[in-house]
Amino acid sequence: MDFFHVIVVLLESTIRVSVPLIFAALAGLFTERAGIFDIGLEGKMLGAAFAAGAVAAITQSVWLGLLAAILISVALSLVHGYASITQRGNQIVSGVAINFIVAGSTVILGEAWFRQGGRTPALAEGARFQTINFPFADTIREVPFIGPIYADLLSGHFILTYLAFAMVPLSWWILYRTRFGLRLRAVGENPGAVDTAGISVIWMRYRAVICCGILCGFAGAYLSLAMTAGFVKGMTAGKGYIALAALIFAKWRPFNIMLACLLFGFLDAFAIRLQGNPLPLIGQVPVQLMQALPYILTVILLAGFIGKAIPPKAGGVPYVKER
Amino acid sequence: MDSIAIELRGIDKSFGPVHANKNINLKVRKGTIHGVIGENGAGKSTLMSILYGFYQADSGEIHVDGKQVTIRDPNAAIAAGIGMVHQHFMLVENFTVLENIMLGAEESQILNKGIAKARDELKRLEREYALEVNPDAVIEELPVGLQQRVEILKALYRRADILILDEPTGVLTPAEADHLFRVLEQLKSQGKTIILITHKLREIMAITDEVSVMRRGEMVATRTTAETSVEELAELMVGRRVLLRVEKGEAKPGDVKLSVNGLTVKDGRGVTMVDNVSFNLRAGEIVGIAGVAGNGQSELLEAISGIRRAVSGEVLLNGKPINVTGHVDPKDLRDRGLAHVPEDRHHVGLVLKFEECENAILGYHHDKRYLNGVFLNVDAIRKDAEQRIAEYDIRPPNARLKTANFSGGNQQKIVLAREMERSPDVLIIGQPTRGVDVGAIEFIHKRIIEMRDQGKAVLLVSVELDEIRALSDRILVMFAGRVVGERDPDATEGELGLLMAGVEGRKEAAE
Repeated sequence: MDFFHVIVVLLESTIRVSVPLIFAALAGLFTERAGIFDIGLEGKMLGAAFAAGAVAAITQSVWLGLLAAILISVALSLVHGYASITQRGNQIVSGVAINFIVAGSTVILGEAWFRQGGRTPALAEGARFQTINFPFADTIREVPFIGPIYADLLSGHFILTYLAFAMVPLSWWILYRTRFGLRLRAVGENPGAVDTAGISVIWMRYRAVICCGILCGFAGAYLSLAMTAGFVKGMTAGKGYIALAALIFAKWRPFNIMLACLLFGFLDAFAIRLQGNPLPLIGQVPVQLMQALPYILTVILLAGFIGKAIPPKAGGVPYVKER
Repeated sequence: MDSIAIELRGIDKSFGPVHANKNINLKVRKGTIHGVIGENGAGKSTLMSILYGFYQADSGEIHVDGKQVTIRDPNAAIAAGIGMVHQHFMLVENFTVLENIMLGAEESQILNKGIAKARDELKRLEREYALEVNPDAVIEELPVGLQQRVEILKALYRRADILILDEPTGVLTPAEADHLFRVLEQLKSQGKTIILITHKLREIMAITDEVSVMRRGEMVATRTTAETSVEELAELMVGRRVLLRVEKGEAKPGDVKLSVNGLTVKDGRGVTMVDNVSFNLRAGEIVGIAGVAGNGQSELLEAISGIRRAVSGEVLLNGKPINVTGHVDPKDLRDRGLAHVPEDRHHVGLVLKFEECENAILGYHHDKRYLNGVFLNVDAIRKDAEQRIAEYDIRPPNARLKTANFSGGNQQKIVLAREMERSPDVLIIGQPTRGVDVGAIEFIHKRIIEMRDQGKAVLLVSVELDEIRALSDRILVMFAGRVVGERDPDATEGELGLLMAGVEGRKEAAE
């Protein structure tokens, strides 16, 4: 294997592992820009992955699986919304509660329904997403340099992968170029300004939370219907938290989010590739260190290199009229 | 033109046990500037919030241009042609001026179409009312005066004919306030109706055509501004005659209680803020420290009260030294008879989230009478707090209310009551009446003089020269960290002004 080929393979798996991060971080972008902190991305993603795996296994339909993922994720978002918008509860507590409830109940339900130790049955080909090959991928592959990039890097991904990358400019456009986006960002900075302009703060925030649910649904479905064939317990493995780190790292901006997720995805792909292979000069690197790297990087870079990440001003604060 | 723009009939509103508005009637004539005054907590802001649909009245009617309207939310108010400039601006700080003005009135789902239109409309408004502002500037980078202008433009953009301004000058410099008044005159001349809410009598006299006075939730009077006076309005606001000038007898200075010798204080950056200051404070006298804000008065207070470490110098309290250059335990100072009313009551003097009775013992919670072993004696604390509330006329009289819910004047009274009731030998007071309304100012001034007459030594720091001259028996003027002169209280304002500007001081120091 020559060096170029190694790079292509590494980048290809970077893309693969970045997709759920991008979906989840964009989901967080919508709620947090509307002033609701969401530590429950992890739980929503996990719940969606389970719903997708279970429904696809029963119905043998990948699309029904995806739909179920989105529905469950939106439902969980609404629970978070009800707790933090209507009941003005603590958003962190609500998010953590969702994470715990989902982590436990997916295993219990999975065991009760399928009796495979918390897994859902392995999905047949028709019940999971297939990779899409671009035209002439196989012919062009032999062309040096451009060939592998086209055939392996650009072609041969799932539809959700392309959707994730399309969501980045789309999210930007929604947030910065539409009325909905303007109001959503305003409600996260100064809900009073939105209220006095005659717009319902509560309805705005609920809509943001629903957007978050939909995107987390895609992230979860990707995990159990595309990346693997079925749900495995705890399969999000902290991706929701990494997505949050990426969101902060990216200072709540869509294109930065994509870059941050690709960076974290690259570290992940690199770690997998490194397993068992000692680095020249350094020697064996513990896997745990590589897994912790995204967090360490976020802390270090935020502390000194990319300047202060200023969260939306009204983030985490339930809206109450004066008095 | 004598048509009525707004009429309120029998507006009534309660927040739980607090009756904020009692059967309010108000008529505002079209094309006039109508002032609504009242002390903090008199119910002005509540009334205006009802008019703007922020709250719902429990009962009563609102008529706009002779037609009865129901204002359920701000949308309905906007539709009725009412615009509001809030005391705390309702602006999104990291948005541009244009985005703020469009928010809620975007006209279409996709912004691009609306932006061009909004830009044109903004240009037109700017020309018509001489309200210039760069539409692409980001709010947080604009000075406060311009931010307020954006608020006004927001209302005009929504085609408001009636403009409510809630305490608009509180955050403005005098020059900005003058400019605002010119803008309001301009708006009036174009036929807009303006309701100006304030507790500053001078503003009312300067700009309004008519003025309505509120007191304790009631509308007590409406006057034509030209036919009333500051004295009458002050009396109506407070409900009794107000002495705008305090009466006090001769001081009878006794022993030296506090002696400051060669005190030098530097700030965090190492800049000398207090430079070799010396003075004596005697029992039974008030020494006022005058000066433009930022000339070392704050640091002087902080050093004496042990909040900030001094670089050098000596301070004697009742003849015994305070370790001003080292660690000072504030509790120890209190035990030795020094009480301190800090300049910044919100951050230093009070914990706003605590109940009134908790703040009333802050720093004195070690007192035996407030303790049951290791526990607080809640009954004793509340009983004392209730007694203070009665003595100092703190409103609302509720010891269990969160301190943040009291008005500025009443918060200040809570601090004063706490520090004065211990009968300290030395009382240090910073900015006693900052953000405090007329009635409370009179009360606080009287109390300070009472303390003096009881033989206490009072050190007073204020940026209000009138206050310093009214209360002090001796005036020290600080400039650039040094005491540049001492004067009698009957020194003219001009003389003190020159000292404060550092003009006279240099000569005197050279002599």
